[in-house]
Amino acid sequence: MSATSRIDKSEVAEAGALRDDLNTAWKLITYVILITGAVVMALPFFWMISTACKAPQELNTLPVQWIPQNPVCLQNLAALYEQSPNFNNYLLNSAFVTIARTVGQLITCSLAAYGFARFRFPGKNILFAMSLGLLMVPFQAILIPEYLLLRQLDWLNTFAALIVPGTFSAFAMFLLRQAFMQIPVELEESAMIDGANPLQVLFRITLPLSQAALAAFAVITVQAAWNDFLFPLVVAGTEPSVRVVTIVVALLQGERSTPWNLLMMGSFLATVPMLILFVIMQRHFVEGVSLSGLGGK
Amino acid sequence: MTAFLDLFGKTPLTRRRAYWGLALVAPNVLGLLFFFGIPVVLAFRTSLLDWNGIRPPVEIGLGNFEHLLNDPAFWNAFGVTLKLLAVVIPIGMVLSLVVALMLNRKLHGRSFFRVVYFLPVVTSTVAATMAWTWMFQPRYGLIANVLAPIGLQDLNWLTRPDLVLFPIAAVVIWQRLGFDMILFLAGLQAIPRQLYDAARMDGADGIRMFRHITLPLLSPTTFLVLILQVISAIQIFDQVYIMTARTTRGGMNDSATTLSLFLYETAFTNSDLGYSAAIALAMFAITLLLTVAQITLQRRWVYYESGSE
Repeated sequence: MSATSRIDKSEVAEAGALRDDLNTAWKLITYVILITGAVVMALPFFWMISTACKAPQELNTLPVQWIPQNPVCLQNLAALYEQSPNFNNYLLNSAFVTIARTVGQLITCSLAAYGFARFRFPGKNILFAMSLGLLMVPFQAILIPEYLLLRQLDWLNTFAALIVPGTFSAFAMFLLRQAFMQIPVELEESAMIDGANPLQVLFRITLPLSQAALAAFAVITVQAAWNDFLFPLVVAGTEPSVRVVTIVVALLQGERSTPWNLLMMGSFLATVPMLILFVIMQRHFVEGVSLSGLGGK
Repeated sequence: MTAFLDLFGKTPLTRRRAYWGLALVAPNVLGLLFFFGIPVVLAFRTSLLDWNGIRPPVEIGLGNFEHLLNDPAFWNAFGVTLKLLAVVIPIGMVLSLVVALMLNRKLHGRSFFRVVYFLPVVTSTVAATMAWTWMFQPRYGLIANVLAPIGLQDLNWLTRPDLVLFPIAAVVIWQRLGFDMILFLAGLQAIPRQLYDAARMDGADGIRMFRHITLPLLSPTTFLVLILQVISAIQIFDQVYIMTARTTRGGMNDSATTLSLFLYETAFTNSDLGYSAAIALAMFAITLLLTVAQITLQRRWVYYESGSE
């Protein structure tokens, strides 16, 4: 009796030790895979920065230099500005378009989301369904007619073309409406009784209570607007004064003489604002992705 | 008059609320109808025209669609897009799921890994593709150097028709992985822990738990990721435009011309606006068909806990 129980115990202990070994092995494999993956994910960034700091002769040496021997980051920066003297303006154009689109969307979409979430009016369901129907249409399907419409308005190659269509969004309206509907209506009603009008209620109660959703939605809008390429290429690709940075980086490459170190410097400058924003607003980015996934876009 | 006013509500108060509601939704709804609704109508209208954008348009009925069905260039672009879908979607989904499964456990540096894997998502596609283009250059590119020991340093990834889709797929997968990973992580975190505890009590091992708990309960997320992947992969443009800009845009013999690039070139290089509108509508139809097909097929493999769909 006591002998069998002793055997049982040692068997259990052995099985436990085996499982621990397996767990350690699994953990090790997990780390190896994750670290390898992380290296691959980070490699293009590393290579971009490393190349941006290389002297021209180091670009064509074999084997490749992982880290430049005498980094010439600042000289390359100066050379880039020599080749593209208005690079700062292009960065500012991108920033202007990005901020204007995001602020515009925040305003039009919060108003509309609040209207659809809390008010009854004739035609409400039809208008809501029509707006959501537009969500189903992929952007590229209407790219050419959008171009024709903006041409008709005489807006091609203006900031208006880059900004105004981007200030309306069915998607953001839908997401914000969901967020607003989760706020207890009693909070708004008590403000109404105190004599506040709907706009005051929206700005003093509803919006402050929806900060998380607003932030998540703002960061994904900023990111999409800053990185946009095809739309600015089509509607404002030929006028230097309204050029955004993604277009300029693409154009730099078109001029075949542009060496890789300057191209990488330009790409780095176009990337760095979003990387900084991401590091600061990480949580909101992740939330934005989950939200946009749920929204189906 | 009163009958008309009644539409807005029976009492002055409800009427006032109705006016407010309309005023609040008006800017966005009018903007959407103008900037997106009108183009939808225009897309159909333009597709019936022979028009270069300058000369007066000529009505040609369904001529553009007839042309489309018989145009080898369209079928080539369709084929290129399908090939990219076939590479990008399975690899992208498996990799992002594997990473999500690993990051769903207790690990040191979990949030660090999450940041690194997500970084490409926030990067400008143009800038990132530029870095990859440089990496894929023959001889002096980074990848050429990695492959040099097996003698492949002179492989010209971006000009060879049989190779050019691989670098493009690599950028697409690299940039998409973090996005899908976050969706998978959210899906994994929604699976109740107790299920695993109960299964472990019953002596189930990791592989069986994965097959019988994780995969079925994650299937709604997998379905969502798949739908989103298809929609975005059909629209691949930036990567091709940038990667093939140095040699021939769209690759040698249009070996990398996706539907989007074909649409763009038809409209802006060939100034054939009517035909490009027809291509756009065809792309829309393809997206819609693939989405509907997936929604129909989901019944066979997507598991909904509540038992209803």
